[in-house]
Amino acid sequence: MSADPGAIAARYAGTLGGFTLDAAFTVPMHGITALFGASGSGKTTILRAIAGLQRLPGSLSVGGEVWQDDAAGVFRRPHERPVGYVFQEASLFPHLSVRRNLVFGRDRAVAAGAAEDVRFDDVVEFLGLAKLLDRAPARLSGGERQRVAIGRALLAQPKLLLMDEPLAALDLASKEDILPYLETLHERLQVPALYVSHDLAEVQRLADTIVLLEHGKVLATGPLADVLTDVNLPSARRPDASAVLDAEVGAYDERYGLTAVTVDGGALLVPGRIGEPGAHRRIRIAAADVSLAIERPSRTTITNVLPARVVELRPIDDAQMNVVLTLGERGEGARVLARVTRRSVELLGIATGQAVFAQVKAVSMIRRKRTAVSIRRG
Amino acid sequence: MPHWVDLWPPIRLTLELASLTTILLMVVGTPIAWWLARSKARWKEAVAAVVALPLVLPPTVLGFYLLLFLGPQGPGGEVASWFGLRTFAFTFSGLVFGSVLYSMPFVVQPIRNAFAAFGDRPLEVAATLRASPWDTFWSVAVPLASPGFLTGAVLGFAHTVGEFGVVLMIGGNIPGRTRTLSVAIYDYVNTLHWTEAHVIAAGMVVFSFTVILAMMLLEKRIGRSTR
Repeated sequence: MSADPGAIAARYAGTLGGFTLDAAFTVPMHGITALFGASGSGKTTILRAIAGLQRLPGSLSVGGEVWQDDAAGVFRRPHERPVGYVFQEASLFPHLSVRRNLVFGRDRAVAAGAAEDVRFDDVVEFLGLAKLLDRAPARLSGGERQRVAIGRALLAQPKLLLMDEPLAALDLASKEDILPYLETLHERLQVPALYVSHDLAEVQRLADTIVLLEHGKVLATGPLADVLTDVNLPSARRPDASAVLDAEVGAYDERYGLTAVTVDGGALLVPGRIGEPGAHRRIRIAAADVSLAIERPSRTTITNVLPARVVELRPIDDAQMNVVLTLGERGEGARVLARVTRRSVELLGIATGQAVFAQVKAVSMIRRKRTAVSIRRG
Repeated sequence: MPHWVDLWPPIRLTLELASLTTILLMVVGTPIAWWLARSKARWKEAVAAVVALPLVLPPTVLGFYLLLFLGPQGPGGEVASWFGLRTFAFTFSGLVFGSVLYSMPFVVQPIRNAFAAFGDRPLEVAATLRASPWDTFWSVAVPLASPGFLTGAVLGFAHTVGEFGVVLMIGGNIPGRTRTLSVAIYDYVNTLHWTEAHVIAAGMVVFSFTVILAMMLLEKRIGRSTR
């Protein structure tokens, strides 16, 4: 098999106790890739196979290194794969203090010859673990435990971070406590991550690339923004279907409390001071929050009205349709979904290629912080 | 007037026998317990049953077969001849061998349960943190199973101290070589030395109570620190 140094290429096919998995995908060796699907779609099984914890027939190469190739008889055992694995339950070693849990993987990785790129002090500082170091895991809250587990995985000097629904076992407050770390992790650490989740909001917030799974098969793989706005996929039929866009922060208007942001193909005003000019934010526009007009509406309370072009129309059911738009006068910008009734489409005669105005009722900010500090040196 | 000095040799012999047996059981019993706890082999319960056999088997039955096994005509006698001996029966070595078999279930069972209790997860975590299986065994499995090791060691030791039937069958009653405490009590009672019997019996009661109490307290402490 060929091993692309810039990619993670996995191909697994096999039956496990009545469950058939036949999945192949190639994703970039950078950023966060979400393995997204309902429970039973095989996403955790794939993650375990990538870590070597489960042996499935197939092949796997990570960043140019072959970790499994059945044809060539290659199978690296789990402890020979430089991964950091965060399980759904923190699974800290109960007999070791937080400090000794944290260094467990680092000591072994360094002894095996790994460069100590991720430093103990930086991880402790980044995850706010300083006060917990001498505690026993039993004396930590759920959120604290998961933070330690993330730190422990990072300190193992991984080439690939594997996260199996690390937030699923946590209550809402702990979830909100951890999410910002995962968001910033993304920018502070140059290690690619595979993130298993069944929570679309989480995926929209964190992922750059998405692998969409259903019943052990890959439905789609690609950049998050493309896959989310692909109306041929079942994910676009969900009531919470949305588009995510990268937005650059512009000026803040004191008088109305609005910040101008620019997205590919348009400009928006969003409530609140969302960051310094020049900073990048990820925003989400739900399909249900976008309506269409043929002429620019003159007297409306909707602040954000953007010119766009219709790219594709797809019925969802008898009443509703998904309309894929690209922003901009000539439709050269980012893709956005609009959910409209079939009746409106017929009455207004909306068709592919047509210039329309997208009225965006709500924009949500889904990734807030961005820090310049790096926890990876060298 | 009782001969107090006569009490010491059986006590010393019993302590030596129990200590050596416990150490050997830790060495032999741990891999068996690990295999029984982790293996997915179908026939492992048959092995578990063989290990547990001394729990229900009359000690005289075990002793009888051991006698044949260790005697001059048995494989044990064959091994003994390599060391210039005629037989392992009626020797300290023979007693140790018998005790290891007889006390095996009391050591293997608690350690097996302790290994099984923590499941696959800690071992998988260790593997993803670059620990080899050998490393994982020592740095994760053994510490997590420490209450089981403690219980196993104490039960194995105490059970060996109290062993009677097997000792009598394969050891006889040779002072200083195979005459252990429990055989000594039997002996004293037979010869109407009630005072000596009383002293040893009461000593055993105190010893057993102390051992069990210490074990329970220790287990509680370990339990607190590993959970």
